[in-house]
Amino acid sequence: MTASPPPVPVVDPVIDPSLVEDVTGDVPWQAIVWNDPVNLMSYVTYVLQKLFGYPEPKATALMLDVHHKGKAAVSSGDKEKVEGDVAKLHAAGLWATMQKA
Amino acid sequence: MNGWKRSRRGGRLRLVTTLDAQEAAVLRGLVDEVRRMLGARSDEQPRDELEALTGLQTGPSTRPDDPVLARLLPDFATDDTDLSGALRSLHEPELIATKDAAAAIVLDTLPGDGGRVELTAEQADAWLAALNDVRLALGTALDVSEEMPDELPPDDPRAGHLGVYHWLTYVQDGLVQSRMALR
Repeated sequence: MTASPPPVPVVDPVIDPSLVEDVTGDVPWQAIVWNDPVNLMSYVTYVLQKLFGYPEPKATALMLDVHHKGKAAVSSGDKEKVEGDVAKLHAAGLWATMQKA
Repeated sequence: MNGWKRSRRGGRLRLVTTLDAQEAAVLRGLVDEVRRMLGARSDEQPRDELEALTGLQTGPSTRPDDPVLARLLPDFATDDTDLSGALRSLHEPELIATKDAAAAIVLDTLPGDGGRVELTAEQADAWLAALNDVRLALGTALDVSEEMPDELPPDDPRAGHLGVYHWLTYVQDGLVQSRMALR
């Protein structure tokens, strides 16, 4: 058994909310595309190529992940970038959301 | 409508098809209807003086109750209502404007009584987005699923509309294939 150290006075940590916000901002985010029964496989592949500049094999692989696994992370980065990616995916009609990686 | 072809005139590539009068009328009607629904959603949002001054429009923070509108204007997050609401408010006006612009391009390039449709690559992208919106709207309204048969029993009230949905799928898929081959 280790002897307990003498009690140390506990100071309530003062957390500046703006700092907390900043820290969260550093966590990478992901744009997720979800499978849906309407969007065409060909169209989803085309949209991923066009929006993110992915070569066709990568876009096809992501599309197949969406189709078979129900969803796939199609891009990642800081919150603002991923937010913009999701907005573009919505404009193309894909069912997309964002989440912390 | 018999598929899309590539046409080169004076070095400029175009994607070309021909729609008969009925096909053109159906497409125009559906594109108009989706546009009207999105416009009504947009009009629900009161404008204030701040917006008038800044030109910055904020949208509603809550998801539309109507399932078709909810599919056209999805949430930004599945498990974070605050984030979803804030981002919807920020992005929804622009999303509706983008969809409206794509619909306008379809209506501009679609001959009133049918006929030849000739699209640049950019116009083809607008057609793809607008066709997709119409399919999302119709697919949601008809509750289309991946397991759904190509044809419903004739006594199913959705049978006729499903035919239109499949036709739109054919038009969009053909346009995607031709558009991908353009680059």
